[in-house]
Amino acid sequence: MAPSVWESARALRAAYAAGTLLPSQVIAAALDRIALRDPKLHAFLHLDSERARQEAVEWDGLYAQARRNAAGDTLPPLAGIPVAVKDNLCTRGVPTTCGSRILDGWLPPYDATVIARLRRAGAVIIGKTNLDEFAMGSSTENSAFGPTRNPWDLSRVPGGSSGGSAAAVAAGYVPLALGSDTGGSIRQPAGFCGVVGLKPTYGRVSRYGLVAFASSLDQIGPFARDVADCALLLNVIAGADPRDSTSADVPVPDFLGATDQPRHGIRLGVPSEAFGSGVDAGVAEAVRAALDTFDNLGFRVEEIALPTLDAALPTYYLIAPAEASSNLARYDGVRHGMRDGSDDLFEMVTRTRQRGFGAEVKRRIMLGTYALSAGYYEAFYIKAQKVRTLVARDFDRAFAQVDIVVMPTSPTLPFAIGERVDDPLQMYFSDIFTIPVNLAGLPGLSLPCGFSAGLPVGMQLVGRAFDETTLLQAGGAYQQATSWHLRHAPEA
Amino acid sequence: MAIDWATVEHVARLARLALTDEERERFVGQLGRILEYCARLDAISIEGVPATSHVLPIVNVLREDLPAPCLSRDEVLAAAPAHEQGFFKVPRVLEAE
Amino acid sequence: MERSEPMDPTGAGGGTREVVIGIEIHVQLLTASKMFCGCPTEFGAPPNTLVCPVCLGLPGSLPVLNRRAVELGLRTAVALGCRVHSRSRFHRKNYYYPDLAKNYQISQYQYAGHPPLATGGVLEIQVGGRPWRVAIRRVHLEEDTARLVHPAGTGGAASSLVDYNRSGVPLMEIVTEPDLRSPGEAREFLNALRRLLQFAEVSSCRMEEGTLRCDANLSLQPPGGPPGVRTEVKNMNSVRAVERALAFEAVRQHEVLARGEVVVQETRHWDERRGVTFASRSKEEAEDYRYFPEPDLVPLDVDGAWVAAIREALPELPAARRDRLIATFGLAAYDADLITATPAMAKFFEETVTLGPHPKVVANWLSGAVAAYLNEHGVEIDQIALTPARLSALLLLVDEGTVSGRTAKDVLVEMIAHDQEPEAVVEARGLQQISDEATLRVVVDKVIADHPGPAAEIRAGKVRALPFLVGQVMRATGGRANPEAANRLLKERLS
Repeated sequence: MAPSVWESARALRAAYAAGTLLPSQVIAAALDRIALRDPKLHAFLHLDSERARQEAVEWDGLYAQARRNAAGDTLPPLAGIPVAVKDNLCTRGVPTTCGSRILDGWLPPYDATVIARLRRAGAVIIGKTNLDEFAMGSSTENSAFGPTRNPWDLSRVPGGSSGGSAAAVAAGYVPLALGSDTGGSIRQPAGFCGVVGLKPTYGRVSRYGLVAFASSLDQIGPFARDVADCALLLNVIAGADPRDSTSADVPVPDFLGATDQPRHGIRLGVPSEAFGSGVDAGVAEAVRAALDTFDNLGFRVEEIALPTLDAALPTYYLIAPAEASSNLARYDGVRHGMRDGSDDLFEMVTRTRQRGFGAEVKRRIMLGTYALSAGYYEAFYIKAQKVRTLVARDFDRAFAQVDIVVMPTSPTLPFAIGERVDDPLQMYFSDIFTIPVNLAGLPGLSLPCGFSAGLPVGMQLVGRAFDETTLLQAGGAYQQATSWHLRHAPEA
Repeated sequence: MAIDWATVEHVARLARLALTDEERERFVGQLGRILEYCARLDAISIEGVPATSHVLPIVNVLREDLPAPCLSRDEVLAAAPAHEQGFFKVPRVLEAE
Repeated sequence: MERSEPMDPTGAGGGTREVVIGIEIHVQLLTASKMFCGCPTEFGAPPNTLVCPVCLGLPGSLPVLNRRAVELGLRTAVALGCRVHSRSRFHRKNYYYPDLAKNYQISQYQYAGHPPLATGGVLEIQVGGRPWRVAIRRVHLEEDTARLVHPAGTGGAASSLVDYNRSGVPLMEIVTEPDLRSPGEAREFLNALRRLLQFAEVSSCRMEEGTLRCDANLSLQPPGGPPGVRTEVKNMNSVRAVERALAFEAVRQHEVLARGEVVVQETRHWDERRGVTFASRSKEEAEDYRYFPEPDLVPLDVDGAWVAAIREALPELPAARRDRLIATFGLAAYDADLITATPAMAKFFEETVTLGPHPKVVANWLSGAVAAYLNEHGVEIDQIALTPARLSALLLLVDEGTVSGRTAKDVLVEMIAHDQEPEAVVEARGLQQISDEATLRVVVDKVIADHPGPAAEIRAGKVRALPFLVGQVMRATGGRANPEAANRLLKERLS
């Protein structure tokens, strides 16, 4: 059977086990497609082609052996499945740039915990995907190595910061990818690219080896074309890690199994604030239609209030840059990455950082340094942390009433490349519905819910802490009733 | 929120960024607008509200005091922009700070 | 409370200003691994061989707190009678320096609502023979920085070198209130604190290895007046250096004030060779550490049960040890003080005693010959080739009369120098005591013949000359004659 680039990971896995498809065929097809299309799309910063091909051949043999073995298929869940990972996840001996010149040429001497878990699950990591520099951005235009384009319209952005991973899944390169989400960096590009993206509960997935942007908000999560594949990948990466003090020791349920078992009586809450001014009419229409679908499926839909929704964005733009200003202090030209030589230490450090960082990263370092500096700490940083408490309380109140909060993933459709680069505030506005979820540490699932002007629209389901299951069940039910997720980006 | 040229310069020094004149000029405007936007928070009452520095309700994550393997020195120094005799090498640090 | 006299180093008029000293100590905790990663804490390994992504601050790495380090911090807090806070948090102290792998240090900073591990303790020291309580402001945990090396190089080397082996090693900071009133008190305090931490098995407290580091601040306060401007003194590598540096600084500040000038608040470095403090290069900007809660770590909660368990397991502290040695073994206060100077010495004493020798004899030897040896060579008892078993064996040889007490002191030195059992030293060097009467009689007769004057006096009943003749017998036998036997035989021959 000729490999289809649109197969789900589950279907590939079944075909491998049945012997109707070989991992090496699938990997070869993926690499061919990337070679053909990526010069235009630019989803990848680095391809690990040789290693991927080698591993695929090894899996060919292991599957053949498994078929001869009476014990049956005991191979791991992602054996031979191609996966793309965002280039802010450390991969031992493989370039990890974070989309920044300052890390150009750096080869981490260790694997991130999620990378180790992917490898243990048999995944074939075919490459590192493009991102806004240090995950700071909403369009992937802030990559030092050039923007990624939206597979649905090459003149538009794929969203960001995990734009490369979202585009790689949407373009039919790979069925699965990993991204990271600090203020919407998985969900917003998933919405813009018409794929499924999940930001797990803070603490659900180990951050060890994820190059930090804002430590109290960062979380790694999966991209897939359907909810079940998303659940499959979440099962592989979730779970406590002794190397991450902030990974929670909470049992990991069978997410994949749960998506097959629709649950009745799930209550959906819709905040009126999420359909106010600034929300594109086509976006609002698609999300409202999706709510009707849920209603028809027997979900209860009711109105709720999130009064601090507006306050989340300014809160985030104090907390995240503050943490980032400290996290990014280590790029000083001493231990790794690039150095702009000088005989004077202060000059060496400032010039290295001046040349190594792009405009948005500098802007946020400046903002964060300012927010933490003497005289402003109370007025900005502490104040923001208190408002953060209020944002979390809003969600607590909502979840006393409903099981899921539904909002648009982003207020707008994918915008044109270059449209917002000179207006940081306008760019930040893109994450207005995703940011509150990070501040509260909750899980958020974005899934395709329609199209407007030929561009995908994403809807976001937000759940209680550590209750990704309910989101996946609702998302699974929605995808059984709809076909938005089955549409493919045009072959350009 | 007005932010002036001198403040930008001071913050840039704290953050070890050697800004160009053009960047400094741009940041005066952009940071001012962002901080003005952030000043919206002043309208929110935070009387008696505790600060959230972390959303997880967990405490006391501790590791046992057991030595673990280290990186090899070759791996460690492979990434170094400059090294000498097993040390990382930097422009001279003034001894008295 | 009685105090030592206020110090007036200048002796100049108006010199009644009181010296006010506060001390800040950093000690390395006795852990096997670093504060936030599993790298070993060994001293003296080749550069950059005890490092991992965490202590190198590599992108993506995360810290995980060492339980043992917390326990040792709590033990210290309990030993100093501090209040342990039910919740403390780690913070990031942000500043750029190449010895900081992340360009921030993880430390338990204290700010509103976030106390450090413990606060408000006390350490009692002896000042002029009287107890004086020095208040402890706080105890907190933090990570050490890397080691910077500045190669001399010709014409001033253009580079510095960084070794991250020390990066992330667990440190505890102890800060006193400004309760010390002279450099001598500072010395006493440091010695007492070091002793406490060593007995509590918290730190080796070796200043020469950097496992105890001390900064001090000093100001001069006019009688009844407000505190003076203080300077901070750094870079002192021994207790003696602390005392000298503070004495210098007190005189310097007096002289500054005597000239009608003002003391500048600044950090000054002690130059051991020149015996002076000098002002550090002034910073181009005020420090702004931008502390904020470390988001990669969760809060540390310590409940009463944990503190109770720590108290339960607290090793015997020096004061209790000293009192017990006096009560149990009838030691003199002087000997007990000396024996509890270090845990190694106390342990050595108690182990030797269990092997049989009389406790007072052991104490005499330790505070006499052994202490003399240690002083002379500048070493600790656990750094020499003397064991409780060997000392005990030596004392048995004395007891049995195999060697004289005097010879035994030579044997001791030989044992240590050659890492040998006492019997082997005695054997090899032929140092056995001569008690055989026939042999001694020959020597005695010769001594009498050689010294007819004193011999005649003794015969005439003037026994004052007897010790002289015994001494001659000892000399003739190389100190090996049994002095009692020699004494008896001389009397016999001259009666």
